[in-house]
Amino acid sequence: MTRGPEPGDVRATKEDGILAEAARTARSKEAASEGDFILRTEKATIRFGGLVAVNSLDMSVRRGEIYGLIGPNGAGKTTVFNLLTGVYKPTSGEIYFQGHRVDGLRPYEISRRGVSRTFQNIRLFAGMTVLENVMTACHRHARQNLLDAVFRTPRFAHDEREHRDFCMELLEIFNLGRFKDEGGTSLAYGNQRRLEIVRALATQPQLLLLDEPAAGMNPSEQDDLLNLIHQIRDRFGLTILLVEHNMKVVMGVCERIQVVDYGKSIALGLPHEIRNDPKVIEAYLGD
Amino acid sequence: MPGFVKKLVGAAVILVVLYAVSAAMSREGLFGFGLGAYESEVLMLVGINVILAVSLNLINGFTGQFSIGHAGFMAIGAYASAYFTVYHGQGLEQSLGGGTFAHALVFTVAILIGAVVAGVMGLLVGVPSLRLRGDYLAIVTLGFAEIIRIVILNLDVVGGATGFSVPGTVSFFWVGIVAVITIVVVHNIVKSDTGRALISIREDELAAEAMGVNTTRYKVLSFAISSAFAGVAGVLFGHFKRFLATPDFTFIKSFEVIIMIVLGGMGSITGAVLGAIVITILPELLRQLPSVGGFNFADLRLVIYAALLIVIMLTRPQGVLGEREIGLHWLRRAQKAPEGDRQVGDDSGVPIAQKPKAADQEGTGGGGQNR
Repeated sequence: MTRGPEPGDVRATKEDGILAEAARTARSKEAASEGDFILRTEKATIRFGGLVAVNSLDMSVRRGEIYGLIGPNGAGKTTVFNLLTGVYKPTSGEIYFQGHRVDGLRPYEISRRGVSRTFQNIRLFAGMTVLENVMTACHRHARQNLLDAVFRTPRFAHDEREHRDFCMELLEIFNLGRFKDEGGTSLAYGNQRRLEIVRALATQPQLLLLDEPAAGMNPSEQDDLLNLIHQIRDRFGLTILLVEHNMKVVMGVCERIQVVDYGKSIALGLPHEIRNDPKVIEAYLGD
Repeated sequence: MPGFVKKLVGAAVILVVLYAVSAAMSREGLFGFGLGAYESEVLMLVGINVILAVSLNLINGFTGQFSIGHAGFMAIGAYASAYFTVYHGQGLEQSLGGGTFAHALVFTVAILIGAVVAGVMGLLVGVPSLRLRGDYLAIVTLGFAEIIRIVILNLDVVGGATGFSVPGTVSFFWVGIVAVITIVVVHNIVKSDTGRALISIREDELAAEAMGVNTTRYKVLSFAISSAFAGVAGVLFGHFKRFLATPDFTFIKSFEVIIMIVLGGMGSITGAVLGAIVITILPELLRQLPSVGGFNFADLRLVIYAALLIVIMLTRPQGVLGEREIGLHWLRRAQKAPEGDRQVGDDSGVPIAQKPKAADQEGTGGGGQNR
């Protein structure tokens, strides 16, 4: 009752403040040192039996940039994502996130350190509403424990309200607020993709991994997506790593691009460099 | 605070109703109205089965881990508390001065012992077995439940194969209170951060992990809580029947509970309650089928029971309620105008830009600490 008539608004102001600040610090840090890498892999390798899916991959993602990982079908892009998020453990090599080694950690531990992701084939929680889907991602920040929930303590009420307001705010930003009580998987395809991004953002990550965000989108949806990715980065002060297949999206949004083929890195550079790299053209078109 | 008052009134109403039913069951009856021994027993079993079904629903329905070992944990609760009542209960009651209050206190301790022992056992069984999924988990929990039963069968301190007599009485008041507590606790868990973590595991384990949910921890947690309540149901069962024998806790009992939640709706608390009531009462009702033309339909009750279950499974495989809950919100929804088939909008063409820009401007002034 004493918390003001519209807690959502109060919270929005606060949240925007933090996010803007995070963005600023991200920029200034980047400016201060070119070598400020948020994510680094050193000779990351994974073998499945005789197949070397990712071979001695070196990757360095700078704080605040939009980094693209591309390659032909079956090049190992999604496998790289699964390595970075702890779904697979590298056979050899190391992965560092914000200077700390994260290879061998379980996915939830990596998520709790600030890496969030979306999935190539959408993986929303089907039995939950749109709002619940997003609130699940607040788990990392929950202050309530089991006893708070069972006895419905004031701490529980406060925690729930805070999460609900925060998630509604995020949903409103992405124009999904009015669907909050719909089933997560009953949304239209494009909205499901956006909901997955919202859910990933609700964990308040520093690094967002997008796995083929343009998959199944028509050209106009792709244009929206390009805008969206830029906006997310700027608004939330994130670093974005993107696996993509669709050249228009990659060239339009990525600041640096790394190309993998057969699990190996074959090129790294700015979009126009990649476009004209003979090795890349060969990998995509064959001899 | 009206919410608080509402809850108090609700609790008072529940207490009065339970007390009235309990009084009607007693020898004196309630205002001359009494329930027979048979009806009383069926009602008691309904209450106990509600506890079993609602608690099993936490692990099977909400967390999505298919366990068929519920009877094993029920047995642990029943025997652990019976051991306490038989060897320490009377002495403790006397040292407390006897009387209703001392009896209630000792029985509360017995319930807690049943809950804790079964919960700890659930934890021990859950840690290794919840690494498995689907059919494998089901088989392992079934195996553990049978191991528990066989171990108890060979413990002479609790009667072994000859069974175990338990002194004591349980009124419907106790069963009802515990059933209500079970429902409230499970509801409160499900509608919380923990509950969302559990349901996210059911829906997509990989995505749940990616959102920061320690899936192993939450699976074990829900298994332990579920087991603890099964233990409490066992305590009530044992002290109500006054005689424990291991054949009461075979996997058939586990399946009976599973049938309740599958019938009522996995992932629905009210569904589990409904399932428990129907599955407990239905066989008893079928006993009273009339005989027509010299043919006694009651003899076919097991066939009819099975056929009814098959019909329900064929027509509503998600259970009668599915994942929905019966509640007051149904009345509220009914008052609203029917919305028809509202289009769940496709507006993926709308750029996302409008709102963020407006919000950015008002946001730059704020500082505020992070969450």
